[in-house]
Amino acid sequence: MSDASYLSLEKLTLAYGDSVAVANLDLTIKKGELIALLGPSGCGKTTTMRAIAGLLAVKSGHVRLDGADITRVPANKRAVGLMFQSYALFPHLSVYENVAFGLKLKGMRGPELDAKVQSGLKSVGLSNFANRRPAELSGGQQQRVALARSMVMEPKVLLLDEPLSNLDARLRLEMRTELQRVQKATGVTMIFVTHDQAEALALADRIVVMKSGKIEQIGSPEDIYNRPTSSFVADFVGFENIFPLENGKMKTGAGLVDLSGSLSSEAPSAAGLAWRPRMVTLGTGPFQGTVRGTSFAGDSREYLLDSPLGPIKAEVEASQPAHALGAGLSFDLPAEKAAPLSRFV
Amino acid sequence: MTARSLFIPVTLFLVIAFLIGPFLIIVAASFSAGETLAFPPQGFSLRWIAKVFTVESFRASFGMSLFLAIGGTAAALVLGIPASYALSRYKLPGAEIVRTVVSAPIIVPGIIVGLALLRYIVVPFQVGITPALFLAHTALVLPYAVRVVSASLDNLRSDIEEAAVLLGSSRLGAFFRVVMPNIRGGIMSAFILGFVTSFNQVPVSLFLSGPGVRTLPVDMIAYMEIVFDPSVAALSSLLAFLSIGIVFLAERFLGFSRYV
Repeated sequence: MSDASYLSLEKLTLAYGDSVAVANLDLTIKKGELIALLGPSGCGKTTTMRAIAGLLAVKSGHVRLDGADITRVPANKRAVGLMFQSYALFPHLSVYENVAFGLKLKGMRGPELDAKVQSGLKSVGLSNFANRRPAELSGGQQQRVALARSMVMEPKVLLLDEPLSNLDARLRLEMRTELQRVQKATGVTMIFVTHDQAEALALADRIVVMKSGKIEQIGSPEDIYNRPTSSFVADFVGFENIFPLENGKMKTGAGLVDLSGSLSSEAPSAAGLAWRPRMVTLGTGPFQGTVRGTSFAGDSREYLLDSPLGPIKAEVEASQPAHALGAGLSFDLPAEKAAPLSRFV
Repeated sequence: MTARSLFIPVTLFLVIAFLIGPFLIIVAASFSAGETLAFPPQGFSLRWIAKVFTVESFRASFGMSLFLAIGGTAAALVLGIPASYALSRYKLPGAEIVRTVVSAPIIVPGIIVGLALLRYIVVPFQVGITPALFLAHTALVLPYAVRVVSASLDNLRSDIEEAAVLLGSSRLGAFFRVVMPNIRGGIMSAFILGFVTSFNQVPVSLFLSGPGVRTLPVDMIAYMEIVFDPSVAALSSLLAFLSIGIVFLAERFLGFSRYV
């Protein structure tokens, strides 16, 4: 075992009854990494997380953690923590007792227990709330109790289920910073599940994009954001203009269309091309479109164009002159800016 | 006032009078100084209330009723809590059938339950009177136990059990550590409801009672057939106030009506 494969999923297949949720999944995670499992609902990300926790029996394949095969190890003996989306605090216990729960089960008592609980509460800034009941805390505070409750157990891996989705915008930033701080301070390996690409991009060292029980792409946030390898990932991270390629030509509503400009050399065999709305040039270019919709977004303006190629989404600086609904407009999809896709699904 | 505007208050008054009236008559009759059960009471005395405590058979049957109410309800909870848990947490095949069967004693008239138990269980298997009563009361209380405990389980998130497991608890340990403490109110409510149901039960007990072994309500009927003095009214009043007191305390401290 090396730190490079601290946690590994090997040919992992997971199913609910006869319906397969995750098929033949391979994933290797380094010690101390912060990984995001990103995908739409039903993609198998939560199922995968539950299997790592041991809450869901593995149908076939293996889960290895810190050199040991834990595929058949029961959830209460795995040293894997999970912060639930609902926080799952024990309503009948005080904040202090919630944090002490797991430590007591380990047999910890007396001053040692107290010191550990106090330092756990202190680390999330809730020392003054020790005697409160969970129902008396705000959502953000409850979440920090849940974090402390997991972290005092010193888990080998901490799993987080949609950790930011129940919080408002301000708390979200606070919690994000908090999670990064905890991760840096303790070096714990963290895996969090999210359907929100912004959350994944902001927080993760590496993002695993999932779709229909399979991994679609693994990469750094920059990779995922700038270099999606499939049309699914491209669409998921905001490339809204996507066309398949056939013999070096774009396959569009108007048949095969020549590219405007030349592709970057790295992608001669691309199966498709994708442009973000802001990569579309408006006002000049070989293509013609009609403005079907427009919306003002502060420092930019978005347009929906009808064109022979199909619908096109474009975004330009708000300082540029506005185009009215129904106006005819030429535009360009510059090939050199396009993200080449190796898979079109 | 028009006839229409009087209709609702008058109806309401009659309904309440009909519900509460007989009870008030019985309470008044218990304080009578006369020799027979009569209304209006003749004079005022506490002699019949005092007499209740001296009748030997009342003491014995009160003990039996108390034993059945406490023991039967406890047994129903021991069976009912795991059953409710399984029904509320797992998608079991035939769960609906189990639910229906478990609630059958509420729906089927007591006379039929009593006759069926007597004819097909007690007589063929030579079950003693006390065990037969105990079995019957357990079965009668079980539906209430399952219903009330299920309601409070449904209100409890199941992920706290998973949280407990991930913190090192076994599945069973999680049940006792985080489920039981959170459904305590429901269990107490089920206990009270079961206790009152069992204590007031007549038709089934009537069939299963036998020489020397009776529940209190059955004994009161038997007593009235022989002696027609106000002591039965006095005993009824005492029991009614006991029930009201228990339910009042339960509502005050447990929010009883949330569960029932």
